[in-house]
Amino acid sequence: MATKSDKGFSHKKVERNVTLLGALALLTVTIGGIVEIAPLFWIDNTVEKVEGMRPYTPLELAGRNIYMREGCYTCHSQMIRPFRDEVERYGHYSLAAESMYDHPFQWGSKRTGPDLARVGGRYSDEWHKAHLIDPRSVVPESIMPPYAFLAERELQTGDMANDLTALYRVGVPYTKADIEKANDDIRAQADPAAGAGDLQKRYPKAQVRDFDGDPGRVTEMDALIAYLQMLGTLVDVDKAAPQERPGETEAAR
Amino acid sequence: MDGLVTKAGGWLGLALLAFVMAALAVDAPFSAHMIIVALACLAMLWATISRADYGALARGVLKMPANQGVYDDDPIRWGVIATLFWGIAGMAAGLYIALQLAFPALNLNLEYTTFGRLRPLHTSAVIFAFGGNALIATSFYVVQRTCRARLAFPNLARFVFWGYQLFIVLAATGYLMGVTEAKEYAEPEWYVDLWLTIVWVAYLTVFVGTIVKRREPHIYVANWFYLSFIVTIAMLHIVNNLSIPASFLGSKSYAAFAGVQDALTQWWYGHNAVGFFLTAGFLAMMYYFVPKQAERPVYSYRLSIIHFWSLIFLYIWAGPHHLHYTALPDWAQTLGMVFSVILWMPSWGGMINGLMTLNGAWDKIRTDPIIRMMVMALAFYGMSTFEGPMMSIKWVNSMSHYTDWTIGHVHSGALGWNGMITFACVYYLVPRLWGRQRLYSLRMVNWHFWLATVGIVFYAASMWVAGIMQGLMWREYGADGYLVYSFAESVAAMHPMYLIRAAGGAMYLAGFLIMIVNVWATLAGRVRTEKPMTETPYNAAADRPLVPVPAE
Repeated sequence: MATKSDKGFSHKKVERNVTLLGALALLTVTIGGIVEIAPLFWIDNTVEKVEGMRPYTPLELAGRNIYMREGCYTCHSQMIRPFRDEVERYGHYSLAAESMYDHPFQWGSKRTGPDLARVGGRYSDEWHKAHLIDPRSVVPESIMPPYAFLAERELQTGDMANDLTALYRVGVPYTKADIEKANDDIRAQADPAAGAGDLQKRYPKAQVRDFDGDPGRVTEMDALIAYLQMLGTLVDVDKAAPQERPGETEAAR
Repeated sequence: MDGLVTKAGGWLGLALLAFVMAALAVDAPFSAHMIIVALACLAMLWATISRADYGALARGVLKMPANQGVYDDDPIRWGVIATLFWGIAGMAAGLYIALQLAFPALNLNLEYTTFGRLRPLHTSAVIFAFGGNALIATSFYVVQRTCRARLAFPNLARFVFWGYQLFIVLAATGYLMGVTEAKEYAEPEWYVDLWLTIVWVAYLTVFVGTIVKRREPHIYVANWFYLSFIVTIAMLHIVNNLSIPASFLGSKSYAAFAGVQDALTQWWYGHNAVGFFLTAGFLAMMYYFVPKQAERPVYSYRLSIIHFWSLIFLYIWAGPHHLHYTALPDWAQTLGMVFSVILWMPSWGGMINGLMTLNGAWDKIRTDPIIRMMVMALAFYGMSTFEGPMMSIKWVNSMSHYTDWTIGHVHSGALGWNGMITFACVYYLVPRLWGRQRLYSLRMVNWHFWLATVGIVFYAASMWVAGIMQGLMWREYGADGYLVYSFAESVAAMHPMYLIRAAGGAMYLAGFLIMIVNVWATLAGRVRTEKPMTETPYNAAADRPLVPVPAE
């Protein structure tokens, strides 16, 4: 036997006792997570406060759920790194606060397609619709799958109040009014004729219009485009850059 | 008889409950899943009734105790077949989505066949269905042999097998219907996660129970790795999948954590799915099957102790290297990088311990294609555990992240290490589990080996080139100070690389198909008449004693 048992502790004890082995193994594998992950929940500057962040409107949330359902995250990131080329290509690097209401996060890990963290407002609604229906009609080199069925399908979310309540329970600050009006808010945002009510008061910068050029109904296309058009538009990034040195607002290298 | 009625009634009750939940479901996919669960319960009901020994029941005799003189290998035989079945399914899906990237028309304009839905199907099928079944089957095989004891709780072991298959079916059909938590490699929704938790606790119970009733004083090193894999996966799975369902009758849930915290939890999970599912578990396979096939003891007992504890300690820290230069705090990124680089050492400790086990048996690489596969698996393990730490260095990662280099890295590990070692173990197991003299054909194993090896080379090389090309094109500046390439141009440039990658994947899959034929014929009891892989030379003239010649 390679270990000497006269040294007080011998590995022999561990490999003859499955409880000890299991307990030690579990202890060993918990340390890293505790040291690395737990502090993120209580170190204040992990997520620097910025102005403008608000929870998703119900329509945007429904669009985000479609984004997740279709696995968009497998090819698109939503995390711009602080490099000159990325900042010039996609916009200001992403701030931690910009995904503070993202349950789950959608930073992605692969750019088979471009980053989408600040795609909001870059293209028209018509472009998005054409692109989602047939990507190669507007970008010939694209290898993106077509999503024509989104335009044909009525948006069916079930009772959206349930979704907002679940998010409230995990810490998203929806108000009572937000939850009560969740289903009405969907129509209010996608159909200007319906009247937005106080939607934009409760959700500042919410874009109210018919997104898919089909005013008669609210489709999945409406929801997805509403989500894409708001990505990266909430925070005034030039104001919210406390860690940058003066005179270096763009392209912090 | 009462027991039979209770059991059958229980299954019927569960089936009815699932049908009721299907009827009340708030969304169609949840309804479909509950119907699948109900059908599974009805299948169990049918099995309970049709398999009952009514004669014995009538005579008031309890079930004959199973033969205690042999190991309990039924769940292992099923597991080997499930491994091969899901492997083919998962790799075929992989080849298909690889072709979709070269020819987007293959998305077929259907929601169920888009890349976004098939990609989780591919990753989960190869990692959790192919790899998971291989791990469960081999762990049940190894723990019995190294403990010299039959499986504890045989019925629970069967529940683990079938429960795990149900998990796979629910997860896979869910992806096709768009049911996903959208966290990579943790995509199944809340109710499927809960089901897996139950199955996993049963798995831990069977495994630890068997160790407890062992007839050997020592717990063999392979079992340390299996145990740490089972325990750690339980921890990772539970924490990363914490979420609140929008409705208990619907498939949608919202993750407990958000943004930065969710990102690090996810990659703490994601990297250690690699570290414990695809590394610790497969090292356990290596620690049993390589010494067995080589007929040599493990090279160093001391090295196995050091590398076991350091590997499981260090792996957990490496997650943040998936989040370099993101909004994750810099201290966490740097910590993750440092531990990732250190991780290189225990990883190579495992590779060295495996390779050096062949000391005194190196000639078998020439004569035994199964040993050859094991050696190639260890070589790829060593290669990708060097590549990984290198890519986790922030400077390298700034270019490699988001590119196909990552995909190439993953596949050199998955195809080279996990795939090859699994194939070798299955080749070892099949004749023994089914009581055959040998495999149908060793030469077909050799063909499998070469097709797989050359396929991986095509795959990895094309993705290295592709990844570095993408990284450089995205950051290329012209003399005028502007970015040279649009994103679409970098996509167009990928086309030939995607074709080469698909060709490599097709070769790997072709090798696997040869394996299926080989295993099928072995199960059918056939033995191919073929020239042996090697002929030991025999020189009749030299085969005689030296007769001492007296000096003159």
